[in-house]
Formats: sequence, structure tokens, C-alpha cells
Amino acid sequence: MVSSSKAQDSNWTLVFVCWLIACVSTLGSLFFSEVMGFAPCVLCWYQRICMYPLVLILPAALFPFDRSVVRYALPLSLLGTLIAIFHLLLVAGYIPESIKPCVQGVPCSEVQIEWFGFVTIPLLSGVSFLAITALLILAHRRSSK
Amino acid sequence: MKQKYLVIVSAVFLLIAFVAGAMYYQSQKAAAGAEAYLRDRSTYVRDYSPIRGDPAAKVEIVEFFDPACDTCKEFEPLVKKLMDAHPGKVRLIARYSPFHPGSDQVVKILAAGHKQGKFWETLEAVFAAQSQWAPQHRPQPDLVWSYIGGVGLDIRRLRQDMESPDIDKMIEQDLADGKKLNVKATPEFFVNGKPLPSFGFDQLKTLVEDAVSAAY
Repeated sequence: MVSSSKAQDSNWTLVFVCWLIACVSTLGSLFFSEVMGFAPCVLCWYQRICMYPLVLILPAALFPFDRSVVRYALPLSLLGTLIAIFHLLLVAGYIPESIKPCVQGVPCSEVQIEWFGFVTIPLLSGVSFLAITALLILAHRRSSK
Repeated sequence: MKQKYLVIVSAVFLLIAFVAGAMYYQSQKAAAGAEAYLRDRSTYVRDYSPIRGDPAAKVEIVEFFDPACDTCKEFEPLVKKLMDAHPGKVRLIARYSPFHPGSDQVVKILAAGHKQGKFWETLEAVFAAQSQWAPQHRPQPDLVWSYIGGVGLDIRRLRQDMESPDIDKMIEQDLADGKKLNVKATPEFFVNGKPLPSFGFDQLKTLVEDAVSAAY
């Protein structure tokens, strides 16, 4: 009993870390658009649609801890990961102009920040989504053992 | 219980970090703006830019505007009133940001009007009829002609001047300067180089009053 509650505690911590990542990503994206004034492009909006709900639904899985959190959190983080990868390929130029789903005004291929020469907004988004996805899968595997 | 506190404390911490970061960013931006203004003033004011008010005034408002922008039109009388409240101490510089498609034609009319010394009069007439020639943010530059008859412009000379390449160059230069100064929407104001902390007339008023009391 003691060991299982310990295992549950560490799974709780994994989901809690997912929530922290989602919060930092959400506030970070709001900082870029509302404080720094960067207009989000269409792909950024799709990634926001996947990220923002996690801030609210992950805490629902923390109190009380819900082992089946992957069932409703993973679809969002997976979809977000895919869109972020698509966005990164677009910025890198691997995806040709013609299939850019972007309106005129804010092209998705425009690089608005570039820290240390390689950290861009879609990269930050992709790293966040990947980390959340990995942690969720890890928590799921450990709790289903 | 401990877990609940952990979540609440994290949430509060993140929110405070966000607000503090936003405040820090704004103050850095204002300081950088004031510094850039001293170092590279030509980005803010070009020698061809129309000036309203005493050219020797120590407080300078630089406004990036679009003749088809209704908020710019709303601000026009407010800015005038603000300048009248500090006679001789504030001057206004107009910069072109024709963001609406078709606005550049109207900017050409204004710039050509400036060559006849009638920029502000032309702008007033253009703003007064804005809802007629630019309904629903869709400028129809050809309609503008019927509303500037009362300004007293030499229309033949105006049409000739509009075709001259130096007016194209001015508009390009203003757009490039706007991009450099991060102008993404109109109207955008800089008071002695400082951008508005957030958009609104009160914020502009505060910046101008602070600049006036610092300079006089």
C-alpha cells in the first residue's frame, strides 16, 4: 500500500510538471502577443488551441489524482506536437510555399524571435508539447503497471 | 494538502512573474525608445515630414497614421486640443503608415498637398469625409477628390506632383521607419521617442504632460 501511494505520488508529480509546462507556455505566448505585440499567425493559433485547455484540464486530473488523464490530455498534446512540427518545417523551408495555410499579413514562415541563433517561437512550442506528451506517456505506463 | 498548496503557490508565482515581466519589458522599451531617439532621430522625423505647431517646441509627438484609419481620425481633434493646452511647447510630426490597401493613393494626395503648404488642411478634409470615401475600411481613393475642393489646392499641380518618384520614396521611407520602430497598428505615437505604454488617449496625455514638465 505504501509503495503504491509513493508511485502514485511520483505520477502526480509528472502530471503536475506537465501542468507547469502548459502554464509557462500559455503565459509565454500571451507575453509575446499581448506585451511584445507580435501578432500570432494561424498556425500559432492552432497550437494555442491545443495548449491553453491543458492549463485548466490538467489540474482537474490532480485533485484527486486521475490515472486516466492521458485519455483527455494526450490528444491535445499530440495534436499540438504535430502542428508545431509542421510549423517548424515550414519555417525551415522544407514545406513549399504553396501549401502554407496562412492569411496575408502574418506569414507563418516569418521568424519573430531568434534567441541564441536557433530558438524560435515554434521551437519553444514544439519542445513544450513534446515534453508534455512524453511525461503523460511515462505517467500512463507507470500507473498501468 | 501539500499538493494543493504546491499548485496554488505555483499559479500565483507564475502570474506574478508574468505581470512583473510585462512591467519590466515596458520600462525597458520606453528607455530604449528615448535612447534611440537621441541617437538616431532621423528614424522618427524626416526632413520632408509635415510639422504642426512651433518647430522650436521641445516636446515632439511623432504620429504614424493612415488616412483610412478611423481611430486616427478620432485622435486628430484630441491631439490638437492637447497641443493647444501647452501653446508653443508641443509640436506634431506626421508620418505615413498606409496599411489599408488603397491608402497609399490618399497619402500621395496628402504628400502632394504638403508641397503646396496645405498638408494639415488637406488631412482635415480627408478625415472629415472618411466615412464617405473609405466605408467599412475599404478605401476608394478616387472618391477623395470630390471632398478636397474646399482646401484651395492647385489640383493640376497636385496630380503632377503625385506622379513624382520622390513621393513614392517618402512613403517607402516612412513605411521602413515605421517597421524599424515596430509600428504595427495606427495611430502609433512617440513622445520624444517614447512609445505609449499601452494604447489610449490618457496614456498619450500623460506622456506629453510628463515631457512638458521635464523640458520646461
